[in-house]
Amino acid sequence: MLKVEQLNAWYDQSHVIQGLSFEVRRGEIVTLMGRNGAGKTTTLRTIMGLLNKCKGQVLFDGEDLLGLPPHVRYHRGLAYVPEDRRIVPGLSVLENLQLGLLASNRRGEMAEMIDEIAETFPRLKERLHQEGTSLSGGEQQMLAIARAMMARPRMILLDEPSEGIMPLLVHEMFELFSRMKEKGTTILLVEQNVERALSISDRAYILDQGRIVHQGDAQELLENAEIQEKYCAV
Amino acid sequence: MSAVPILEVRAVSRTFGNFRALNNVSVAFRAGELTAIIGPNGAGKSTFFNVISGGVPPSSGQVLFEGRDITQIAPHDFARIGIAKSFQITNVFKQLSAHENVRVALQMQVSRFQLLRPRGAYVALMERADALLERVGLADIRHKLAGDLAHGQQRSLEVAMALACDPKLLLMDEPTAGMSPEETRVMMGLIQQLSQERTVILVEHKMKLVMGLCNRLIVLHHGELLVDGNPDEIRGNAEVRRVYLGQN
Amino acid sequence: MKKFLVSALVFARGHRVATALLFLLIFPFLMPYDALSVNILIFGLYAVGFNLLFGYTGMLSFGHAAFLGVGSYLAGISVVSAGWPWWAAIGVGVASSCLAGLIIGFLAIRTRGIYFSMVTLALAQIVYYIFYKSERWTGGENGLRGVKVEAIELPGIRIDFLNPLNKYYVILVFVALALWFVSRVLNSPFGAVIEAIRENEKRAAACGYNVARAKLLVFVLSAGICGLAGALRALHLSVVPIDSLHYLQSGQAVMMCLLGGMGTFFGPFVGAAVFLLLEDVVTNLTRYWMGVVGLVFMFFVLFFPKGIWGTLLYQLDRWQNRQGKAL
Repeated sequence: MLKVEQLNAWYDQSHVIQGLSFEVRRGEIVTLMGRNGAGKTTTLRTIMGLLNKCKGQVLFDGEDLLGLPPHVRYHRGLAYVPEDRRIVPGLSVLENLQLGLLASNRRGEMAEMIDEIAETFPRLKERLHQEGTSLSGGEQQMLAIARAMMARPRMILLDEPSEGIMPLLVHEMFELFSRMKEKGTTILLVEQNVERALSISDRAYILDQGRIVHQGDAQELLENAEIQEKYCAV
Repeated sequence: MSAVPILEVRAVSRTFGNFRALNNVSVAFRAGELTAIIGPNGAGKSTFFNVISGGVPPSSGQVLFEGRDITQIAPHDFARIGIAKSFQITNVFKQLSAHENVRVALQMQVSRFQLLRPRGAYVALMERADALLERVGLADIRHKLAGDLAHGQQRSLEVAMALACDPKLLLMDEPTAGMSPEETRVMMGLIQQLSQERTVILVEHKMKLVMGLCNRLIVLHHGELLVDGNPDEIRGNAEVRRVYLGQN
Repeated sequence: MKKFLVSALVFARGHRVATALLFLLIFPFLMPYDALSVNILIFGLYAVGFNLLFGYTGMLSFGHAAFLGVGSYLAGISVVSAGWPWWAAIGVGVASSCLAGLIIGFLAIRTRGIYFSMVTLALAQIVYYIFYKSERWTGGENGLRGVKVEAIELPGIRIDFLNPLNKYYVILVFVALALWFVSRVLNSPFGAVIEAIRENEKRAAACGYNVARAKLLVFVLSAGICGLAGALRALHLSVVPIDSLHYLQSGQAVMMCLLGGMGTFFGPFVGAAVFLLLEDVVTNLTRYWMGVVGLVFMFFVLFFPKGIWGTLLYQLDRWQNRQGKAL
């Protein structure tokens, strides 16, 4: 579904992504892991088109996305949930959700989608008319994901969704990701909570200084003692 | 060992408009303890942290530090009396070097309104800044701009700045937020060392960290104190599992 | 040639007051006429005072003309109404602008950002109105006339103050003292505090600094320096025009700092020089000099946001970094 070929990206003068190549097949959950500064968030942002200086190929279902502005990529079926969630203050939960579909030509399906999303995210259903930023951190994260799901994306990019979220909601969130996968959404996940992420993923890549240094089956990586030592939580 | 708790929160409430963020919370912290405040977001953890660190005054109730009422003191006086904090969202002086960040934090104790002597004359400050940087493992990047440091390094810099006023009470708001497992381990080691020298209160979500390090956990929920106990008690508590930990 | 320029710039950075003085000593001989040099000296000082607040502490005031004006008027009134000597007049000018700074600062410090700018503008307008209406003391619309200082009498020498070149060097003594003072302040522990406040107020407070008090002190210092510039201006022109208090005069300070480079030591001087030279040249060519100045200003904001001197320093830094890497 997504194929990244020899991707290079720069922040000003800094060469942050160096010749990255990887792929995410349809219906998979793939995790990108690695220490801070390795380039994981940058990779997601480049795929979404938010970074100006980049070279290489980003093929989404065969189509090269490079050159296409981010909103066009969104309409092609690629959704992105950034690390800071970006819930719009002043708008209710419902209105934030509506934002996910407003710009699309499928906005006629709005009512239907809201119902569907409400079923998938019961916590949000209870709070539909509350102001978006009055939700707890974990609920805001759910809202950001739900909003991204409104346009029924074929693939969703998630940047550290469990960061700062309480254990109970982390658990719910990862179960949600498994359910999303069952329904056919492809997921590319960046996570520091490596065990959780690997437990629901098919494959994973380890990034370091903008390059891939290791890749493999999620289960294998989870059982690999060296990886455990280096990358897994205490 | 003193019988007076180092920090005491008495019947503290805080409302924002209609919303009651904290409701009649009373807790006492003993000197030398390493305590973690846990609980769902929106439970009042941040508000509680802000009340004890000078970020926001309580709407009612008292805060006592070493027996002294500090409820009404100005935010900038907290560092002077011996309470330092590190922020949840990294808050360093981005255009200043790492060394200068720590030096400025240290300078507070020595001189604030000195207009004419050059900064460089205070050699002791520069040396202490270097020592603190070394302690948090940032000695080799002392000249780099704080804004250019990696996230984990910025968090460590925050800790160095908090230590600058030699606090008796160190408050840390999610010190490992956004850190990789490796960086988390380093920070944990540092926190453990620090807890031998001073009283530390943490707000955290990473359960493995908290259970492994602290012998006292305080769970807040809906602005109220839910449970106060050791890790085993917390883990076993049905209510805590229902609203925060999950059932596994 | 490049090497010479670079070493000169590096020296300038390390010994900023000495360099400034050296340059200013020969400055009149670079300018077409002496009165312009005096003007640049005075407005350079005005911009330096403003820069202390804007460039180093990050507070954008739209009311600094109040301090220039108060300094000018009070110095002028001391000479005209009280008959005091020139040096007492300067003292009164500085003291009164410091007092004005204390009052206006105290009221404005409570606000931030755009509100701060609006409050300073409003308070400066009040000062304008007060001076405009106090015709008996200030001459109202016509300005204060008769601030005559014909000679500077010092033990042993008599300097003819009417000679523009003499005027320049006498004023230079005060400007030099002020620059030395500003340099010391910036280098001092207090200078570190105001840098920290500009970077991150909350953090500075968490470190234990009383931010409001520090800001007020910077405000007063800034006002005092602008007041000194005002007092010198009164002596230079022999009149104090009511326009000294006009908001356009406040805007000029902002423009000069942006042109030259805010947050740098020489920037404001460079900005003042460029601004006044431009004004001088363009007024001779067209009536619409304000429009031309506006266009130039826009050009700089778009392409050289760091200002002339600021950009030079930035390029020097980059060049030095590259040399460092090559080694």
